[in-house]
Parts: sequence; structure tokens; C-alpha cells
Amino acid sequence: MVNVTPSANTISTDDLMIVNAARVLGTLAAAGKAACFVGIGLPSTAANLARRLYSPEPVLIYESGCIGSKPTRLPLSIGDGELADTSDSVVSVPEIFSYWLQAGRIDVGFLGGAQLDKFGNINSTVIGSYGKPKTRLPGAGGAPEIAATAGQVIVIMRQTKRAFVDRCDFRTSFGFGDGPGHRERLGLRGGGPKLVITDLGVLEPDPETCELVQTQMHRGVTAEQCVENTGWKLRIAKNVFTTDAVSDREINALRELQSAT
Amino acid sequence: MAEILELKEAIARYVKDGSTIAMEGFTHLIPHAAGHEIIRQGRRNLHAIRMTPDMVYDQLIGAGCVSKLTFSWGGNPGVGSLHRFRDAVENNWPHQIEIEEHSHAGMAARYVAGASGLPFGVLRGYVGTDLVDQTSSIKTISCPFTDEELTAVPALNPDVTIIHAQRADREGNVQLWGLLGVQREAVLAAKSSIVTVEEIVDKLTPVSGGVVIPSWVVSAVCLVSNGAHPSYASGYSQRDNSFYKSWDDIAKDRESFTEWVKNHISGTTDFDSFSRSVGISALVSANG
Repeated sequence: MVNVTPSANTISTDDLMIVNAARVLGTLAAAGKAACFVGIGLPSTAANLARRLYSPEPVLIYESGCIGSKPTRLPLSIGDGELADTSDSVVSVPEIFSYWLQAGRIDVGFLGGAQLDKFGNINSTVIGSYGKPKTRLPGAGGAPEIAATAGQVIVIMRQTKRAFVDRCDFRTSFGFGDGPGHRERLGLRGGGPKLVITDLGVLEPDPETCELVQTQMHRGVTAEQCVENTGWKLRIAKNVFTTDAVSDREINALRELQSAT
Repeated sequence: MAEILELKEAIARYVKDGSTIAMEGFTHLIPHAAGHEIIRQGRRNLHAIRMTPDMVYDQLIGAGCVSKLTFSWGGNPGVGSLHRFRDAVENNWPHQIEIEEHSHAGMAARYVAGASGLPFGVLRGYVGTDLVDQTSSIKTISCPFTDEELTAVPALNPDVTIIHAQRADREGNVQLWGLLGVQREAVLAAKSSIVTVEEIVDKLTPVSGGVVIPSWVVSAVCLVSNGAHPSYASGYSQRDNSFYKSWDDIAKDRESFTEWVKNHISGTTDFDSFSRSVGISALVSANG
């Protein structure tokens, strides 16, 4: 265990998102839903933290073809050699998307983007119009098929009025589309968005309306703050609860992971 | 049979103005040296295909070599925006480029179809997304056996595919390992192919998880050690993360980018002289 200095113990909003995402992965892995498709950044940090905190641990799958990666430090890109060197299996890109994702072997997919709407659809393509974009974003990558096919999708994004919009400028990844029944009508096999983990708390889709509702808030965050930072008329769940404070064990493991990187 | 050629000669022979080219390497084994040589030779009007048009295509786009880009994710991995790509799409600089946009799963299916001699690939993909409305290269078909609706995407068959690999033997058989991306499919889908390698050896020895692309499906093999830099070749070099970070500043504005290309690409004769000019140590493995 590393010696945690007081400054290292200051919990940032990134830490909050990472730890809360890691907890969800721990719970899912315990329920036998361990195969997790991760991208670089907060999802990768959360997944690697979950591997250190929970048993059974999640199985980390990266779109670069790494299955069952156990990196000793945080990878800097999905092509980091460390991921391949520590994997159970390394497969080609066509294989990762066909045999593994499309075939339904992924339990949990992590996504983020520039915009998220109230039905959990995500935009990572353009701000503005497609033909004359105000901001050209990187584009789809693996996201549309992760959103369509993963057993469930966890979104990690900062909650701001600009990013949490009533309707995305472009629908790159399908959440619940226009609302109830839309996924079913399109024949999508995955479960869709299950949780949105933000710097303010957690949103979950209402089972009837599919609209994202604030169900959890981090300590010290108010309902007004959540509403103010959301671009649609956000509902706060009646039984909204406060997320558990980050424990010493969690923050120590996270700092250890970060310092090894 | 692959010919062992100088990179300069291979590019001159196989990459023409107006060619459809694919340069692949999924974060690993990215053929940067070959990209530089295309810029040096001033190729124009290329239809450039790549799943992840990262730094190597940012350079080609900014240098004015590309008129059409087919891709699925255009960013600087782990860093942020791809500024030259954005400037081209948002402001038509240095000129307008046409884009044909897909997802990774769709691009992979397109290469597999191309490598398999099929006219299209099939996948469960794109359903419900706005990508469908932006290109005619995503269509719906129904399964002839179950009537299920699926997505069809046309095969990719580039004029030339360029990849980087760890090594080749003197016959031109190519061996690569580690993250294999979509390189084998991209080579087999293409009419001709160029492979730059870290070293050329007398005899290839098996490597766990590796593949060999036989000489008779490769057009040219070129010895360019460290030719993937700032990407890497597993077993030979490490990814140069600081170079990826510094690219953000270089590419951010048109002047600094143009100056960089002038000084380090147009102003150098080959990859070794490029490496000296940007101060990277070229060599890692012993290849005589």
C-alpha cells in the first residue's frame, strides 16, 4: 500500500467518475457479466481499477484486438504494447468486431462523446450540420456497434448544459432513439444505455419512458446543480440517493495505479 | 514474388496521382515513413482509405495529397483533435476533401469482403445511426434464409495497400506480430502492396501470435528501420508518445504545419534524414 499524502487524497471529479464506474464493473463481474469493452481514458482507468479491487475481476477487451488484458500500468493508447503483451489472446480487428462484439460476447460497453441526449443517444461525429460542421469530431470508431450490441452500455461524461442536450446534432450511437420501443423496432440485440456516470452523479433511464433521470448524486451536489447542468428538463428520481464516499481502499488503489503509469 | 526495393522507388512505381491507397496499422505498425515519401513525391488527388486516419493522414491531408478520405475515426489517439483533418473538413484547407464515413466494424467488413473477392460485406451495424444518411455505401439487405434485415457495405479494393511489418526474408515473405489490426486483409484486398520492414533476414523464425504474408501476394518490400515512428513495431521499438503530443502543436496552425513539412519532409531525402532532422534516434535493431 502506498503512503497517501493529504494532497493525493483530494478526490477530483475524475476520481469520482472512475471509482463509481469501477464499482459498477465489480458488481457486474460478481453477477457473471464480466466481459467489458473499454476505450482509453476514464473507462480504461475504471476497468483497470476494478481489476485491482474486485474478485472476480472484469475481463478487459480493447478494440485493438486485446482480449483479457491485464496491464500493470495504464495504457496510453488502445495500441499500447502493454495491452497486447498482457492479454490472454490477441486477435485481428475484423475478429474483434465480428466474433466478439457482433456475436454478443460483450457484457458491458463503455461510451462517451461530445453530446448525449435525454434518450441516451450519443454524438461523436459533428457539432452543427454534417455538411458544414461547426466542429468536426473524430467520428464513430467502434461506438455504433458497441451501442447496438453490448449487453449494456455505461456512459461516462461530464454533466454540462452543452453536452447533455435535448437532441444530438448527429446520432452516432443509438441509445433509446426516439423513446420506448425504438430499439426493439430496429431489432437491436444489446440492452442499450443502463447508466450514465457523471461528475455530479448517476443518471438512469426511466423504465417506462426511457428518458434519463438523475438517480444518484455525489456528496455535496444538489438537485438544482444537476438540473442547471442539463440541457433537457431533467427529472430527479423521488428516491435519489447519494453515492458512497470514495473509500481509502479505493483511492489508494487508484493512486497506486496512476503512479505506476 | 515481392521485389526488394528502395522505398522511394516503390512509392514512385505504385502510388500515382489519383490512386486509391490504404495505409493500415491499428495504432501499432503505422507506415509513417511511406506516408512521408508520398508527400515528398508530391502525389495529388489520392483517395485515401484508413480506419484511423491519425497523424500519418493528417500529414497527407495537410500537404494537399488527398481529395477523398474513407475512414471511421479521425483523431490523435490519447491526445485529441486531428487539426489538419479538421481544417480540411471545416474550412476546405488546403482544398476541399470528400469524406466517406463508416464505423470500425463496417470498415473491417469492407476489407474482409475485398480480401475475399466478394462485392460486399455483411454486418449488424449502423442501424438507427445518422451515418446511414450520409453515404450511399451503407445499404440494407435481407437475409435470404431468415429474412432478417442486415447491413451491406461495399468491398474495399485499393489500388495499393501500404503497411509496416517487423521483418521479411530475402524472398520477400513478410512477418508481423503483436497487434495485427486489419493489415493482412488490407494487403489481400489490394491490387498491389508495399510493405516497409524493420529488418530483412535470411530466414523467418516462427513468433507466437504472428502471421506471415507470403511473398507472392506482396508487390514490394522496403527496408526502413523504425519506419513506423512515432508508432512502433513490437519487439523493435516503443511508441513515441511525446511525439504524438507534440504533433498537436505542430498541426494546430497552418503556418507551423507547412513549415514542419518544408523542413522535415520536403527538405529531407529519406526517412533517415527525416529522423536526423527531427532528432529521433533511428535505430533499434541490428540489421547490418
